[in-house]
Amino acid sequence: MFKIVHREEMAGGTVILNEIDAPLIAKKAQPGQFVILKATETGERIPLTMADTNPDKGTITIIYMVVGKSTALFRDLKTGDSFMDIIGPLGAPTHLEKMGKVVCVGGGTGVAVLHPITRALKQIGNDVTCIIGARTKDLLILETQMKAASNHFHVCTDDGSYGHHGFVTQVLENILKEQDIKLAVGIGPVPMMKAVCNITKKYNVKTLVSLNPIMIDGTGMCGGCRVSVGGKTKFACVDGPEFDGHDVDFDELMMRLRAYTEEEKMSNTTYCQATKA
Amino acid sequence: MSTPTSKTEKTSRQPMPEQEPHIRAKNFDEVPLGLTPEMAMIEASRCIQCKKPACVEGCPVNVDIPGFINHIKEGNFTAAITKIWEKNSLPAVCGRVCPQELQCEGNCVLGKKDAPVAIGNLERFVADYERKNKKASLPPKAAPTGKKVAVVGSGPSGLTVASDLVLKGHDVTVFEAFHKPGGVLVYGIPEFRLPKEIVFSEVAGLESLGAKVIVNAVIGRTISLDELFEEGYEAIYLGVGAGLPTFLNIPGENLIGVFSANEYLTRSNLMKAYRFPEYDTPVIKGKNVITLGAGNVAMDAARTALRLGAQSSKIVYRRSRDEVPARGAEVHHAEQEGVEFYFLTSPVKFSGDKNGRLTGMTGLKMELGEPDQSGRRRPVAVTGSEFDLDCDLAIIAVGAGANPLLTRSTKGLALNKWGYIVTDEKTGKTSKKGVWAGGDIVTGSATVILAMGAGRQAADSINNYLAVGW
Ligand SMILES: Cc1cc2nc3c(=O)[nH]c(=O)nc-3n(C[C@H](O)[C@H](O)[C@H](O)COP(=O)(O)OP(=O)(O)OC[C@H]3O[C@@H](n4cnc5c(N)ncnc54)[C@H](O)[C@@H]3O)c2cc1C
Ligand code: SF4
Ligand code: FES
Repeated sequence: MFKIVHREEMAGGTVILNEIDAPLIAKKAQPGQFVILKATETGERIPLTMADTNPDKGTITIIYMVVGKSTALFRDLKTGDSFMDIIGPLGAPTHLEKMGKVVCVGGGTGVAVLHPITRALKQIGNDVTCIIGARTKDLLILETQMKAASNHFHVCTDDGSYGHHGFVTQVLENILKEQDIKLAVGIGPVPMMKAVCNITKKYNVKTLVSLNPIMIDGTGMCGGCRVSVGGKTKFACVDGPEFDGHDVDFDELMMRLRAYTEEEKMSNTTYCQATKA
Repeated sequence: MSTPTSKTEKTSRQPMPEQEPHIRAKNFDEVPLGLTPEMAMIEASRCIQCKKPACVEGCPVNVDIPGFINHIKEGNFTAAITKIWEKNSLPAVCGRVCPQELQCEGNCVLGKKDAPVAIGNLERFVADYERKNKKASLPPKAAPTGKKVAVVGSGPSGLTVASDLVLKGHDVTVFEAFHKPGGVLVYGIPEFRLPKEIVFSEVAGLESLGAKVIVNAVIGRTISLDELFEEGYEAIYLGVGAGLPTFLNIPGENLIGVFSANEYLTRSNLMKAYRFPEYDTPVIKGKNVITLGAGNVAMDAARTALRLGAQSSKIVYRRSRDEVPARGAEVHHAEQEGVEFYFLTSPVKFSGDKNGRLTGMTGLKMELGEPDQSGRRRPVAVTGSEFDLDCDLAIIAVGAGANPLLTRSTKGLALNKWGYIVTDEKTGKTSKKGVWAGGDIVTGSATVILAMGAGRQAADSINNYLAVGW
């Protein structure tokens, strides 16, 4: 059992932060790695990239958006409650290198995943520009943390309620035009990562993305997480989750993420009815 | 050799009572219902107690078969289970999944003229009898040695090592990557063939002997082998199985509805997708299902699909019926339940609709050509024989490979060219000091009993090492 020692609600309760007691994982985890969590005996195994770890305290932090039954189950766990199973750290850590000017672009809860990577890139001496975005001001997360983790900081909202009015990609393009960027890191919803890569391709800037396909074991045993990268099939759980975004077939990824749309709807409706009753 | 008396020869092999095919094809309950004590005793009386029993030679772990059968004949089921336990710690499992027709029963002298003694069914009977009645006393446990042993992987191989060594007084901890122990017995083999309750009761028995089982521990990620040594483990056994799915590398393989057998069976068995939405993990329920391959894994997948509501479930296999590697009973059960077989057919490509969902597979007819090195006639494609089959679910069950997660993250472990761990044949020792390996991660996908046999051998060697050194 893995106990929640701290819990926060963000973005008006749609995004949840859990700090969880998991000393073995906390000791090992590096930026870019993920865990698989299962809340109850009958629950699903859900992969989430860690937003933070505290090896001294023995805790890991996850931040997730409530989108379906499984994340609703997670949301309903209070401080002091426990996840039944957590497995990790899984996946390959981010390859961190001092390159010079780096830009980190985050959207939605992808910002949570981007945070430890941004911090580490800055720590090893890169000049880090960070761009984060959300649909609207209330949905922005980790603004202060991201500001602290970077050298230059930009915020965008699609509706203009805060910061730059527009998409992260517009700010990104301006930066790429003006500066000699060595590396881009883009983490967020698949369409956002695809858009980021389309722009960085134009400027020939290598771009890392972190992929979130459906997973079961997270150890390379089922192949359910397969993605096409550079025309080859890769298992995101062991070969990734980070890949060179210019090689990723994002359309296929989006398609495969829709495999269980019907089942998810059904699960969610049953759960909502049950919790109301 | 003793001569059979005409009287005993006349008793015919007791058929195993089973659920009716049309009923069982819609549920996940076990197919065979088990022998009654009376049937078991009659069946046991068929054994002529050979002086040089050929059946024992055919058994990879040399169970004293006539010995335990004689106890059954006399109605002493507790003595029978104690006899089996001397060599085999998981008889309830082996009685159900061993390829008896290639091992003990295939060698039984009665089989020359008549049906062989139903050794598997008898083994299963006594194991089930003991699980229900709990009369046998547990094997004696040696005084604690204070030596710590780590077993990585909780499949049949790891469980055997753990139970052997805990009885020798060692302090044994089993580390399992999944959230439930049992390996393939839990995530791969379906409930209708091996009820999970049996595996969990075996694991509970192991824990009651004093072994610790830690789930959610991916060795090589959560903890490395070297860290285990630092924590005071003196010997480590690797029984991590052959957990790498093989794909076909044909067009359309990433469409929604194409699964590796590992994923399909793990969803259904371990995650209990067959009880969705009571359990949260879904699986695609195909109407027209194609399974590629014809081993035990393929039979399990094709039969699971029927139980999940498929209207048609086809096995597509590139060789002919004679080469089918699955247990005889599985092929028979699959056919009874309505699984159709397409022999000498090779998959060419998958096609899908605009949403990326699988709609069909193109197959190619094969014919048997010249014998290859193994002496088997090689299937060769018949040009222009492509044909289409409708399907909305395809399961690829053409074998498994060595999962590199642990082996690649461990220094000093010699691997062969396919990535399997190289070990000493007699002891299971690897090239890394203090590390043993066995089961599918050494042999490639094989059988439960071979994985257990390798475990027993390694356990003996580990015990010896803990007393006298490498
Ligand atoms: C669907 C299916 C049906 C089968 N049917 C039969 C049959 O009827 N008869 C028969 O004899 N054989 C059958 N087999 C084959 C048989 O199950 C295997 O040969 C046998 O289970 C191998 O045992 P093992 O202990 O070596 O490995 P496994 O049973 O594969 O167990 C390995 C365990 O190690 C764990 N593991 C892997 N990596 C790590 C790690 N890094 N850290 C911690 N744990 C790890 C895995 O999660 C797994 O639980 C079947 C196999 C399948 C897949
Ligand atoms: S099971 Fe068959 S081979 Fe074995 S002792 Fe009995 S009759 Fe002989
Ligand atoms: S999640 Fe199973 S192989 Fe990646």
